[in-house]
Amino acid sequence: MATTTSPQAEPDTPAPLADVTRDEASLRRFLHGLPGVDQVGVEQRAAALGTRSIKKDAKRWALDTAISMVDLTTLEGADTRGKVRGLAAKAQRPDPERQDCPRVAAVCVYPDLVGTAVEALKGSGVRVASVATGFPSGRTSRDVKLADTRLAVEYGADEVDMVIDRGAFLEGRYLDVFEEIRAIKAASGEAHLKVILETGELATYDNVRRASWLALLAGADFIKTSTGKVSPAATLPVTHVMLQAVHDWHGQTGQLRGVKPAGGIRTAKDAIKYLVAVHEVAGEQWLTPELFRFGASSLLNDLLLQRRTQVDGHYSGPDYVTVD
Amino acid sequence: MGIFEYAPAPESRDIANLKDHYRPFIGGEFVDGSGEPLKTVNPATEEILAEVGTASVSDVDAAVRAARAAYESVWSKMPGRERAKYLFRIARLIQERSRELAVLESLDNGKPIKESRDSDVPTAAAHFFYHAGWADKLEYAGYGPDPKPLGVAGQVIPWNFPLLMLAWKIAPALATGNTVVLKPAETTPLTALVFAEICQQAELPPGVVNILPGAGDIGAALVEHGDLDKIAFTGSTEVGKLIQRTVAGTRKKLTLELGGKAANVVFDDAPLDQAVEGIVNGIFFNQGHVCCAGSRLLVQESVAEEVLEKLRYRVSTLRLGDPLDKNTDIGAINSAEQLAKIRGLVESGDAEGAQRWTSPCPVPDRGFFFAPTVFSEVHQSMRIAREEIFGPVLSVLTFRTPDEAVAKANNTPYGLSAGIWTEKGSRILWMANKLRAGVVWANTFNRFDPAAPFGGYQESGFGREGGRTGLEAYLSV
Amino acid sequence: MSESPQSDRIPVAKTYKLYIGGAFPRSESGRVYPVADPQGKFLANAAHASRKDVRDAVVVARKAFAGWSGATAYNRGQVLYRVAEMMEGRREQFVSEVAASEGLTAHLAESLVDESIDRWVWYAGWTDKVASVLGSANPVAGPYFSFTVPEPTGVVGVLAPQKSSLLGLVSVLAPVLASGSTAVVVSSAGRPLPAITLSEVLATSDLPGGVANVLTGRAAELGPWLASHGDVNALDPAGASPEDRVKLARDAAGTVKRVLTVPDDEPDWTVAPDLSRLRRYLEAKTVWHPHGV
Repeated sequence: MATTTSPQAEPDTPAPLADVTRDEASLRRFLHGLPGVDQVGVEQRAAALGTRSIKKDAKRWALDTAISMVDLTTLEGADTRGKVRGLAAKAQRPDPERQDCPRVAAVCVYPDLVGTAVEALKGSGVRVASVATGFPSGRTSRDVKLADTRLAVEYGADEVDMVIDRGAFLEGRYLDVFEEIRAIKAASGEAHLKVILETGELATYDNVRRASWLALLAGADFIKTSTGKVSPAATLPVTHVMLQAVHDWHGQTGQLRGVKPAGGIRTAKDAIKYLVAVHEVAGEQWLTPELFRFGASSLLNDLLLQRRTQVDGHYSGPDYVTVD
Repeated sequence: MGIFEYAPAPESRDIANLKDHYRPFIGGEFVDGSGEPLKTVNPATEEILAEVGTASVSDVDAAVRAARAAYESVWSKMPGRERAKYLFRIARLIQERSRELAVLESLDNGKPIKESRDSDVPTAAAHFFYHAGWADKLEYAGYGPDPKPLGVAGQVIPWNFPLLMLAWKIAPALATGNTVVLKPAETTPLTALVFAEICQQAELPPGVVNILPGAGDIGAALVEHGDLDKIAFTGSTEVGKLIQRTVAGTRKKLTLELGGKAANVVFDDAPLDQAVEGIVNGIFFNQGHVCCAGSRLLVQESVAEEVLEKLRYRVSTLRLGDPLDKNTDIGAINSAEQLAKIRGLVESGDAEGAQRWTSPCPVPDRGFFFAPTVFSEVHQSMRIAREEIFGPVLSVLTFRTPDEAVAKANNTPYGLSAGIWTEKGSRILWMANKLRAGVVWANTFNRFDPAAPFGGYQESGFGREGGRTGLEAYLSV
Repeated sequence: MSESPQSDRIPVAKTYKLYIGGAFPRSESGRVYPVADPQGKFLANAAHASRKDVRDAVVVARKAFAGWSGATAYNRGQVLYRVAEMMEGRREQFVSEVAASEGLTAHLAESLVDESIDRWVWYAGWTDKVASVLGSANPVAGPYFSFTVPEPTGVVGVLAPQKSSLLGLVSVLAPVLASGSTAVVVSSAGRPLPAITLSEVLATSDLPGGVANVLTGRAAELGPWLASHGDVNALDPAGASPEDRVKLARDAAGTVKRVLTVPDDEPDWTVAPDLSRLRRYLEAKTVWHPHGV
């Protein structure tokens, strides 16, 4: 590995990896030099870990932890300020009758509703995340994407969830994707940047691994699976590949970066499988909302139902949790 | 203590329907064996599970006579399509009683419930299902227009996969029209005796299957019996050689599935994370009590450090403990004797200068356990690179070129299995061709299927089990 | 030792030697033994192979294995067919040697030689078919491609039949070579001359040196060395006595050799062969690979 930093490298690219983003060719060589991912192998590993049986105290802990990791999300054309305020209320007190129930990590909305969310969540500790960059397709100009990002940040977003240019990625224009992420990162300022890979469009695990490293190299605080608008959205094996990437990134750079599966995780049972994967693939230190999130909407209610079942000792029903 | 401690999630041992006493199965009946009863032990707790009546030499004779009578009077005369239905029935009964069988297997053997539940028992059922279909199609198997059974088969199986090895033996034997006398391993007789119950529930004609619990002397008596047409053995190469010697010059057709010292070869362009999974699965599946275990890791020098680092991290996440806990990855070593053997070989590794790394996982105070262990800086000349350890101990060697990998991989009297990890297709095929082993797994490891022939080269034995090829072992061809 | 009664010319007698590694050495022991026809008439002296000749032959057979087993099946088939071609060209010599060795009429000897030649042709045709006949694509229950191919077992020790000096020999040797294995053959002790002539045919048939090695000598003396040899993978004890076969099979157990089961009495070699011998020298190798993107 190079010991001197090349002039083109950004100052915050970790030294061992500074050279790889020097130019298109170097970046391509690096990404294509990453070990491949065997589909059957990774899917088997994910399925095997999915058979972990999480019971009793472990389940209680997992449910609370999962709740605290939820980015409670609404990303509809029909979103209104009222809808967002409702979500914000739920985010702070997911189970109003159970004061010990943790609040969620963040509320995730479109940029124009960030202001509403910020106001509703002021002082609660629940963060506001905003999608940006022409979400979900990202098919617009760099300028518009940057403007979109600045809008979200100006309205007070704590976190920006951007989408990568999948077209550029699939064309092999990795440096373009890299530079765009860097630009959005710069525009995000203090806000944490989550980079959505839209794994359902990347199609192969090899691509997911490359896109993960590309995003990490460009400074992503989180790598996120999906917009939720493309099927398949988050899957366990895709999340495995991404968890492995942040684990390896930490091994090489000492930096901790997060992972956010989003879309399609609807049950507490599924959420616990993800936590097991976080625990065993990335490592115990990722078991915190700082480094792992669930992008979800309906998941929260199932987590709450299961939490009640655990606490009360009998099964609960959907009428005992709030519909927002 | 970590922040995410999985609470115990044990399967209930009641599901095993454990009885105080089990008896040999001869001529369709459970009978009092005239051998000295043995006590079978739960290796995870060292508690006695049950008393098991054993066979004596005279019981061996009775069982062979019952099998002969069943062969002559019923089984050899029955049309294949009717034999098939019995095998299908058995397959279904194994599926129906799968949970009971899985728990019983884990109690008696020490293997994790997730393996007995997800691997041993379903694969055992699959073997009966697969071979059932052959019973009335043997003329299509490539052994002539009317291939004949051999007669009565004596079968001796090991303790590492008690029910699955039984299935590998009995299913093809019955499908081809033979009757059997099977001796399960001394330390793991229970599922075989529940299988005997299944034969009764399937209304299999008496004498077609006979099960004789006992120790090695009963296995020897069975192998020596004068009225057998076939001997099938799975176990150590040492005992296999004795059996081959015993059977020499008799009319008994012999197949042997013996030991191994498989090389798992990892190239620098491998899908490393899945390779690590394959390495872990290759050596720690079933506590490494697997004849085809990938016990020698051959890793290309250019990625050796990276692979070792990933491997150690991954191995440290393996959960060792109560075999009945659904989250247990590594259960108990089957016996005190086997544990002593593993310890002895590990000490030789230390003494010969290999670098030992042991997983920091907690090890229960009671029971026979051995923490996953990885030896690096192993050389071909060391005992841990040559002898079958049959435990959760991996020996890591390195290589520089494909030729060197092949030379090292083949440098063993065994030849059961091998693994290849590379994303280069032509290299996979080149390696698969060069490796002298009966089963080659490329970018995977420890895959088993009744449709895929399994068996070894050289001192790993001869004959195959599974697939069309496996039928030959029980046909007069 | 065919003689031409029409001529006064003294024929040039042949020195019969061993065939090891493509060369024709004398026995390292320096020993020979007289070979006579069934009436006791002296025919020739044959080299009396020793255990060290066995040792040397196994070394070259092992060395030749990689090349022979690695050759294409098409190539092996052509080589075996070439053996038939070469035999055809020396048909008269074989007829007279078989007739003399086995005490047969020329007519009967001719039919045995013809059958021997045809047997090579039969096995030559198998080399590029046996994998598709015995191999398989295995429909396993998972996302894998699994296939099984037959591969040659390695070095095979062959104790050739004692009575049938040529057809018996060809019947036991050709399947070894067709499989891609290499052979160390101990010929009929009493009737070795056709075996030596066959060696000369093999030497001129594009068969790489060491693939087939032919020793003249006593099965009872050399058999145990083959049976216990650590670098021999399989043993055909056809030419051993029934009692010796049991001992050989026991010795072979020490290295888990594949030992052919042979009938007590020498079979009628004119019966058309089946795949059973060829199958004995083939190991099934099952290969698995996942399919994914």
